[in-house]
Amino acid sequence: MTPLPVFSPARLWAMVVKEFIQMRRDRLTFGMMIGIPLIQLMLFGFAINSDPKHLATAVLMADRTPHARTILQAIRTSGYFDFVREVQSEGEGGELLARGEIQFLVTVPSGFSRELLRGERPVLLLEADATDPAATGNAVASLKALLGSALQHELQGPFAHLATTAEPFELRIHPRYNPEGITQYNIVPGLMGVVLTMTMVMITGLAITRERERGTMENLLSMVPRPLEVLIGKIVPYILVGYVQVCLILLAARFVFNVPMVGSLVLLLAVVMVFIIANLAVGITFSTIARNQLQAVQMTFFFFLPSILLSGFMFPFRGMPRWAQYIGEVLPLTHFLRIIRGVLLKGNGLGEIWPQIWQIGLFVLVAVVIAVKRYRRTLD
Amino acid sequence: MSGELAIDVKGMTKQFDGVIAVNAIDLQLRRGEICGFLGPNGSGKTTFIRMLCGLLRPDGGSGSCLGFDVIRESEAIRKEVGYMTQRFSFYEDLTIAENLDFVARMFSLPGRKAAVAESLEQLGLAGRRNQLAGELSGGWKQRLALAACMLHRPQLLLLDEPTAGVDPKARRDFWDRIHELAGAGITVLVSTHYMDEARRCHNLAYLSYGNLLVHGTPDEIAGDATLEEVFIRLTEASTDNYQP
Repeated sequence: MTPLPVFSPARLWAMVVKEFIQMRRDRLTFGMMIGIPLIQLMLFGFAINSDPKHLATAVLMADRTPHARTILQAIRTSGYFDFVREVQSEGEGGELLARGEIQFLVTVPSGFSRELLRGERPVLLLEADATDPAATGNAVASLKALLGSALQHELQGPFAHLATTAEPFELRIHPRYNPEGITQYNIVPGLMGVVLTMTMVMITGLAITRERERGTMENLLSMVPRPLEVLIGKIVPYILVGYVQVCLILLAARFVFNVPMVGSLVLLLAVVMVFIIANLAVGITFSTIARNQLQAVQMTFFFFLPSILLSGFMFPFRGMPRWAQYIGEVLPLTHFLRIIRGVLLKGNGLGEIWPQIWQIGLFVLVAVVIAVKRYRRTLD
Repeated sequence: MSGELAIDVKGMTKQFDGVIAVNAIDLQLRRGEICGFLGPNGSGKTTFIRMLCGLLRPDGGSGSCLGFDVIRESEAIRKEVGYMTQRFSFYEDLTIAENLDFVARMFSLPGRKAAVAESLEQLGLAGRRNQLAGELSGGWKQRLALAACMLHRPQLLLLDEPTAGVDPKARRDFWDRIHELAGAGITVLVSTHYMDEARRCHNLAYLSYGNLLVHGTPDEIAGDATLEEVFIRLTEASTDNYQP
């Protein structure tokens, strides 16, 4: 017998040819090799912006004078602030901040102009939703630089000396919910959502494809289960797994990272259920679409990538262009981040987070309808 | 239920992407009959069996199975049918007892635990009840599959190559059991490639290329020749494009 050659180019070539054939047959893998770089280019290149501008701002005008208007005009021209609302009371503004509808609240106190002209350095109050320090940092910094010169044109003649003083009024900044601007306070609760998204979608994504691949689906179908019995039956055990993860992360958040927990933990644990179910429903839907387990894992990845980038987990949600925000609004993680940050850091109650809950609920409904429609009771 | 016939279907047809897999097959089986389903690979045996138990929707045909309409009442049929798949289709990461228990729950069997215990006893699986199904040899897997598809006391057994890859002794035990069941009034449609098994059937149906070529008793079909010779001749005559 002649010894086999140590390295045979012919055999190498055989392997290469075979791999190419298999690659071409597996459309989804091929699509992913092209699709993932494209998606990443789009997301990282266009959607992500670590210097968010045009942040929603409300104004409380207790002093409607030209000086106040000039200052607001100056704030707007910085490009960081968009005045979207005018509120009538401190309470109304505070509620908008709590709901996350605005990022900033600017308060011009009554008697602002009078005190300004008397040289008493009145206070202009800027309250910021600082749960995500990255979203507010640059805006606040720009404001500090800008306000010194804002009134130069207004303060002339007898008041010219006021304009030359360092600051004719005082800008007081209240970073609310996370006054020290600690990044972990924002990231650690968000991580709960990310972990749940990754594991829950993946686990149930494999659920039905596994039965198909191992041939057990044929026997299962011959026993005539209803589609919802199969789908829900595959989801329920993992709700429990999800809660184990939630508890682990909450314990770490509390005792390792000292994340404040202002709101109700009971409320949070109840709402987490909706989010876990949403992710399991996505997984089970993928499972009815994918032809094998590998495809299910690839689909999970397709879902996970935008979830992590467009939800506001890694980058400020308001910094993204409109189209990216629309995509983000569809993803359950976006809403869950608002819920968990709202409850833990802002002390949100059910009333404030309700809009987020029903949007996740709607997502669940759509996913389940698709799953039930795609689920085949026969082998056709 | 309609008197004597367990299966009475006409013109059963199934296409896959325009290719006819089963072509207008008529078949009648009396209660308590063992019908051997023969034919080369890809002749449509599995497709026909799957249509009978509602796992595939027929493109044409009508009739009844256990008195239920094969098109409209396929779910009712599935509850009365024990279907043993060609490929082992139980959970390899569950034990024998756990697999049987799962099936019993799916059929909402009254007295589930007793039924499972009895089934384990009958098939001689009791000693292995806690063994993972995936660790079983071919013969034991087949016993488990038969036990599982008998668990809900079906009237009709559809067995798709149940003895493929099983040793001769185990095959003989298996067929003894099949005859016992038929004696108790259960109807059996069983596909096989073994001619010794075909000899033990009451009737044979021979499929080639989706067409039913012969239907009759082994003696009627073979006469003085062997079944094997007859079938090879039939297959070659029926089609030039035989594909194994």
